[in-house]
Amino acid sequence: MAVETPILEVEGISKAFPGVQALKDVSIAILPGEVHALVGENGAGKSTLIKILAGAIKADTGVIRIRGRQVTIDSPQHAQALGISIIHQELNLVPYLTVAANIYLGREPRRGARGAFIDEKTMHERASALLRELRVELDPGEQVGRLSVARQQIVEIAKALSFNAAVIAMDEPTSALTHAEQERLFGIVRKLKSSGVSVLYISHRMEEIFELADRVTVMRDGQVVGTAPISAVSRADLIRMMVGREVAQDYPRPAPPSREEILRVEGLTRRGVVEDASLTLHKGEILGITGLVGAGRTELARMIFGADPADSGTIYLEGRPVVIRSPSDAIRLGIALLTEDRKRQGLVLGMPVYANVSLATLPSFVRRWFVDEGSEREAAQRYVEELRIKTPSLNQAVGNLSGGNQQKTVLARWLLSRARVLIFDEPTRGIDVGAKMEVYLLMKRLAEEGYGIIMISSELPEVLGMSHRVLVMYKGRIQAELTPQQATAEAVMHYATGGS
Amino acid sequence: MSAKQTSTSATQGAVARGGRGFKLRELLSSHGMLSVLLLMVIVLAVTTKGLFLSPDNLINVLRQISINAIIATGMTFVIITGGIDLSVGSIVALAGVVGASIVKLQLGVNVWWLVIAATLVGALIGAVAGLANGFSITRFAVPPFVATLAMMTVARGLSFIYTGGRPVWGLPVEFNALGRGYVLERLIGPVFPVPVLIMAVVMIAAHIVLSKTTFGRYVYAIGGNREAARLAGIDVRRVELSVYMLSGLLSGLAGVMLASRLASGQPNAGVMYELDAIAATVVGGTSLTGGVGRISGTLIGALIIGVIRNGLNLAGVESYTQQVVLGTVILGAVLLDQLRRKLQAKN
Repeated sequence: MAVETPILEVEGISKAFPGVQALKDVSIAILPGEVHALVGENGAGKSTLIKILAGAIKADTGVIRIRGRQVTIDSPQHAQALGISIIHQELNLVPYLTVAANIYLGREPRRGARGAFIDEKTMHERASALLRELRVELDPGEQVGRLSVARQQIVEIAKALSFNAAVIAMDEPTSALTHAEQERLFGIVRKLKSSGVSVLYISHRMEEIFELADRVTVMRDGQVVGTAPISAVSRADLIRMMVGREVAQDYPRPAPPSREEILRVEGLTRRGVVEDASLTLHKGEILGITGLVGAGRTELARMIFGADPADSGTIYLEGRPVVIRSPSDAIRLGIALLTEDRKRQGLVLGMPVYANVSLATLPSFVRRWFVDEGSEREAAQRYVEELRIKTPSLNQAVGNLSGGNQQKTVLARWLLSRARVLIFDEPTRGIDVGAKMEVYLLMKRLAEEGYGIIMISSELPEVLGMSHRVLVMYKGRIQAELTPQQATAEAVMHYATGGS
Repeated sequence: MSAKQTSTSATQGAVARGGRGFKLRELLSSHGMLSVLLLMVIVLAVTTKGLFLSPDNLINVLRQISINAIIATGMTFVIITGGIDLSVGSIVALAGVVGASIVKLQLGVNVWWLVIAATLVGALIGAVAGLANGFSITRFAVPPFVATLAMMTVARGLSFIYTGGRPVWGLPVEFNALGRGYVLERLIGPVFPVPVLIMAVVMIAAHIVLSKTTFGRYVYAIGGNREAARLAGIDVRRVELSVYMLSGLLSGLAGVMLASRLASGQPNAGVMYELDAIAATVVGGTSLTGGVGRISGTLIGALIIGVIRNGLNLAGVESYTQQVVLGTVILGAVLLDQLRRKLQAKN
């Protein structure tokens, strides 16, 4: 068997932060032209490794070799020059510049005396050639801010190629993409691979890994658990390696709901966004809403919660029509929204856990003008224990908690507010495998306690596994309502893409 | 009681640091600017051969910072929400000239009633101007920088129109009490200046509001994450409106105090006061990006600026050079603090 020289090899990398050993003796070899998946729970050390490869931080010990030659990566610029490009989850583009200007930012082709002027024409042509190489239809003169996230990602990939990247690391690249966009990205990844570029592919999504990767490395607690050809492992193997224990594959579907209606929405419309949406939610029910990104699911939820205005439509709570003009109206009526983007819309990251838990109910802790911090903390402590939020203390800034515990902190806030209708928007996005199951079990428990739950999710297995009924949205309309028996992956995709 | 105190500062600590062990760190960080202040005091004590430390001079420093500290208190609320208020200096002038013209009225009532009326009306004018700021910011989504810049020009213009461009002179001596008087002067002599008392009351009240009330918590929450605050049911617009109103109100109060100190209502008073207030706030550790800050920090910030000015006066440095030194020292103090925090973060 021929031994290929790895294009990129890290050996014995360790890195400690105050109080944490982030990486312990990590060794990974990436072969030329392979798609190498890197998986692991949040906190497993993937991000730290990526940051070291990107030149953002330095390892304490260990060596990095590129094509067998030992290198030290001093800075992000140096990493790029060495042929390592990173596509971060949050893209690093200047929205007001064109595609071409972004690709060549800081390295613009020059013309004129002493290169005083940017040679727009050459830049445009080169960008054009790169995009052609990726086989994407994209105008290099288009402003980046006007592109979809998926297309912006392609700009980042083109940028990486413009550096002659030998290895492109992609950090959760599909987290914000629609199904069709994902397929296009996969096409591009395969294209990169066939032209000899290696891809280090970081993802939580098992389906993608099995579809794309040649080999997979699993990390846990800062260490490499193992590397294997993808054909040699099963989904269950990977999850076991990531979590370090068996994880039940079955979704904990809750007991059948009561027939008592808790929420009814009739004809809710915001023109161009959500059209004539009607739904009924019962006590103890989990109502799944799925559809492609942009189908209007989040928008519908925000309208029910009063976060965005509706043009028309009526909302009934326990049979009585109610007026919801703002989130505070909804909260008073017992409706809660757990937003899809916890960091931007759910939490005040710099504030401690207890203040985030009490944020929606602070006035109820006021005794004679002042917030009674004692009872406020007591209440927060109760939910920290009940939901098993892992935090060193109530004073911990919530930004320092893991994704799963942040999600639970938001949930604690709404349980404290005595919400009876909980709308979960992508409840498990960005949460690691072990914590996902915990979120499912919580949802099951809440449903069985009589809460009405709406679960919006793009992850089909989750929707099918957890919901009592599934609504499929397409272009702002509720296209179909399916029972668990009817709701197969094929049926959902049929309606989600506009079938009737 | 003391446990409660600690936890309160802990809230703000987390707001400020967002890191582990923030209680200790926040304490150190507020002590950070405090140590800069102490360093200055020691240097001045030595270089002025103790003159700086004389009770008279220390009280003088407090009196000199009182007006800026009161304006900066409102500014702190505004900046914690992530905003800015550039109109405070012009509001000082407008409230000052209107207040001055009120105490001059010949109504045949006890002149003390007029002093009280002038104070209230001055504060009210400030509050109305602040309300206008808040209104354009919250209802029409005008960026705070632009909205308050416009008010800065408008209020300045109004003060000139109101006075016809001339200062309002000839005010009754009773009016001097606000800016130059002493508490219970007849009983204990010129010991405790009235403006220092007003400053203390304002800042203690502001500290309590910021750290103990729902309103205070919401101010931090909005500055930390506006959208999350809104989706938690907080009436973000009302809080923001109140914050600008408060800033205007305190500027109006400061304006009347300044007119009293100057014994005249000057339409060109308070020029550049917004920068002093912002400097005191930022030197005091309030972050311009919002979500972080404390009134005690702002007091330290105002003291640092006041001590530099006072020290330079004592050293006989002329006023143009003073400005250069002041700017440099402010920059240096903030850089020093940043350096110290970086070192702390590493350990």
